[in-house]
Amino acid sequence: MNRMLATLLVLLFLAPAMAASDRYPFDDDAQRERFRSLLGQLRCVVCQNQNLADSNAALARDMRREVYDLVRGGSSEDEVVDFLVSRYGDFVLYRPPMTSATLALWLGPVLLLGVGAGVALVLVSGSGPRAPGADERRRARAMLGEDE
Amino acid sequence: MLRFGLPLLVLTALLALFHRGLSLDPRALPSALIDRPLPAFQRPALLEPERTITDADWRGEVALVNVWATWCSSCRQEHGMLMRLARESGVSLYGIDYKDQPAAAIAYLGGAGNPYRDVVSDRDGRLGMDLGVYGTPETFVLDRQGVIRYRHAGPITDQVWEERLRPVIEHLEAMP
Repeated sequence: MNRMLATLLVLLFLAPAMAASDRYPFDDDAQRERFRSLLGQLRCVVCQNQNLADSNAALARDMRREVYDLVRGGSSEDEVVDFLVSRYGDFVLYRPPMTSATLALWLGPVLLLGVGAGVALVLVSGSGPRAPGADERRRARAMLGEDE
Repeated sequence: MLRFGLPLLVLTALLALFHRGLSLDPRALPSALIDRPLPAFQRPALLEPERTITDADWRGEVALVNVWATWCSSCRQEHGMLMRLARESGVSLYGIDYKDQPAAAIAYLGGAGNPYRDVVSDRDGRLGMDLGVYGTPETFVLDRQGVIRYRHAGPITDQVWEERLRPVIEHLEAMP
């Protein structure tokens, strides 16, 4: 009984994967891989925190269809990316390109981390223990009742 | 004094950034089509499907191209404004019926009024994709040469017209 249940569950989980590849069939392995790679690196401009592979938005479906037609027609990954960037701008790339405009985006976190680390270092080393001076030693002795 | 000075400076800078950030829309996208010509197209006219409209038909004067659909509620909100603009502003207004049922669109324009000088039917949304449309309604401002100079995403309100579209149109009309 458990065996049957397990088999059923495995088949159930496989179903979505089979459905997805049927909707966009490829004869060529290289093209299929290119398609899969592109869907992962392109952003759905409607549901902007999802890539084209995940989004259910109508526009995402249109964009997937477009990518499929282009790949099927022999376009390279760069050509497909150019096609979409020329229409939607750099934002359609999930990983933003390194341009003068995005420099702050890429370097910002690293710089802030550096500044924070620097500040932390200065604070920590500044308040370290140091050897007591003569005045302080005398006061300490008095407080401790050294003579006793 | 420096003990207070530096953190205060950092705090002020952060507050300035946050204040600026609160007025920004993180979902807004700049159009990739600015300063590029209207994409070439050849599509049936919505109201007379036997007639074909091309991009050349919309060149020659400053124009507005409005992307809309009957399933888009913001487009319906904008419709009254478009009727007013068509009557009063003197600017040519063209429509792209995006991913819509032509029959529904024709019926809608018949009932609510047609502000467009001409409307093209973009059933498969390819023209919309060539324009980088990501949410209807969107309105593009073309100069006399048919080059896109401005894109407004969202319905046209009085404020949008006064503060953004009208100045752009007047500037373009002053040019040869």
